[in-house]
Amino acid sequence: MSLTSSSLSERLLPERVVARARLGDREPLARLVIAGLAVLLVAVMLFSLTTGALQISLSAVVNGLFGQGEAASPSELRDRIVLMDVRLPRVLLGALIGAALAVSGAVMQGLFRNPLADPGIVGVSAGAGLGAASMIVLGTTALSPVVAVLGIYALPLAAFLGGLVTTFALYRIGTRGGMTSIATMLLAGIALAALAGAATGLLVFIADDQQLRDLNFWGLGSLAGANWEKILAAGPIIAIVLVGVPFLASGLNALVLGEAAAGHLGIRVQRLKRIAIVAVAAATGASVAVSGGIGFVGIVVPHLLRLTIGPDHRFLLPACALLGGSLLILADTVSRTIVAPAELPIGILTALAGAPFFLWILLRRKGLIAT
Amino acid sequence: MTLLLPRPLGRTLRRIALAAALTLPASPAFAEEAADISGAQRIVSIGGSVTEIMYALGEEGRLVARDSTSGFPDAATALPDVGYMRALSPEGVLSVKPDAILMLDGSGPPEALAVLREAGVPYVAVPETYDRAGILGKIEKVGEAIGASDKAAKLSEQVAAELDAAIDEAKARGRDARVLFILSMNGGRILASGTGTAANGIIEMAGATNAMGVFEGYKQINDEALIAAAPDVILMISRGEGHTASADQVFANASLAQTPAGQNKRLIQMDGLYLIGFGPRTGAAVRDLSAALADMGL
Repeated sequence: MSLTSSSLSERLLPERVVARARLGDREPLARLVIAGLAVLLVAVMLFSLTTGALQISLSAVVNGLFGQGEAASPSELRDRIVLMDVRLPRVLLGALIGAALAVSGAVMQGLFRNPLADPGIVGVSAGAGLGAASMIVLGTTALSPVVAVLGIYALPLAAFLGGLVTTFALYRIGTRGGMTSIATMLLAGIALAALAGAATGLLVFIADDQQLRDLNFWGLGSLAGANWEKILAAGPIIAIVLVGVPFLASGLNALVLGEAAAGHLGIRVQRLKRIAIVAVAAATGASVAVSGGIGFVGIVVPHLLRLTIGPDHRFLLPACALLGGSLLILADTVSRTIVAPAELPIGILTALAGAPFFLWILLRRKGLIAT
Repeated sequence: MTLLLPRPLGRTLRRIALAAALTLPASPAFAEEAADISGAQRIVSIGGSVTEIMYALGEEGRLVARDSTSGFPDAATALPDVGYMRALSPEGVLSVKPDAILMLDGSGPPEALAVLREAGVPYVAVPETYDRAGILGKIEKVGEAIGASDKAAKLSEQVAAELDAAIDEAKARGRDARVLFILSMNGGRILASGTGTAANGIIEMAGATNAMGVFEGYKQINDEALIAAAPDVILMISRGEGHTASADQVFANASLAQTPAGQNKRLIQMDGLYLIGFGPRTGAAVRDLSAALADMGL
């Protein structure tokens, strides 16, 4: 541990906690961090609700959220709609998706015992991308009956299905004789991603210029289209995964020792893999479906937390959910205010902040940066 | 490609679906497209040609914001920019406190429009087609929407006269030039415009032939097809000071160099909004394009 970070934590944390962390027991530290992150999430949500292109005062926000009665004037109506139909759905969707991506990343890194695994590794992003591109490009022609029936839900549904189908195919390819080979899944994932990429490329080729623009914006990811319908569509899936995933924690902890050793410890490894993969595919698919591809949250957040509270999944998973949500809400707040009244796709911001950070982690691992 | 429905049919179906999706939660007052914004004094203008028309009508004093495609006249760029017309942010648009939105068809996304409608900001969509009637229709639609039909009729008459004169002039040139419009040529990949595009519209108005009339929309074209298309001249959008590709750079492309355009180094570059914006200046753009072709002996 470096001098600077330990002196910083000594100043911020009770002596007892620091001493136990030094001895290798980071449990009290993890509990404190999780409590801190919960406070952070609430603070970030309030900050985001009170920040935007339109000036809305804190009292108006509180009134809008908890107040009764009709809006008195057109400007009050406008403020209330911005608050209830623009900001609040974005904040809630940001919390859900940030949590889903970060937790999915942590689970995948645990399951694959590979620090570079992100939610996309189970093929869900490539498949969802293909599903979305099909709907954007063919929605006016071959798939127009689908659009006619499903309306604006056609696109997210296609993305979600595309993600699940790809994950299912990968799982089948990687499973032989009742055992799933993680290495086969990883390699097959690269092949399937290439295949989905090729099909998407074909769609890009036949797209007209407006569709190209839409594809481009979708690929960058954004919470801009957040509304209550999207929260109702993606929310329950993500919520179930977030509530269920902590039950995998002890299994993922045992898996660090290797599959055979985990089996000897009484973990049903195959069942663990199956549940984890389905959970990640569902959560990531739902996220990608409503917000497009938002990169780096799934890698950066788990790594950042492992550095602080250690690799114990019992604490890592809830901490990831809290920090992932906070970071995505914060990034979204920046995305909708930095070039106001226009806005920047959030995928640009997360990659812009995430990529250098990720490089820093890599360099640090190699000992090239002394910290 | 053969599997696809005819494009207009698909487009119509999609419009119907979209309209259904959009109007479902709407309050009756704003459900109809023909919202009354004739008295509006704080208008957000979405779409380069719509903004140009507002200025040409002398109604620019009623504008409070514009989108990123509205780059003309220069005065318009001083207005707050609410972003790209197809990626509008509802809060951003509402933050300029508009009482109406005037937008080119295809502006969106639908989620943003739904919020705007709910916030009680009426909007009028202005349809766009890439021909003479399309331009005059836009002017009339804008005029009618903002309660300036008389001014619009005058402007429309004037623009029609300019367009007719320019088109006649172009016809009188007599020679049929094959024009290849290149949208971009990144890394040697050439993205050219087929039929149904704004570029195709302007090429036809200038009395020339689109060298890529064999496909629809913007497509990457292969080197041999490029040579086979035998364009007499290359038409491109100039990207402002210092970013415009020179003729040498363009014809450094081996296949382009083989074409009649390449052998004679014939390249025309014009401002994007001016050339393919289909607004009040299109008559002048047609005349410029035709004159440039004539200068090259085409």
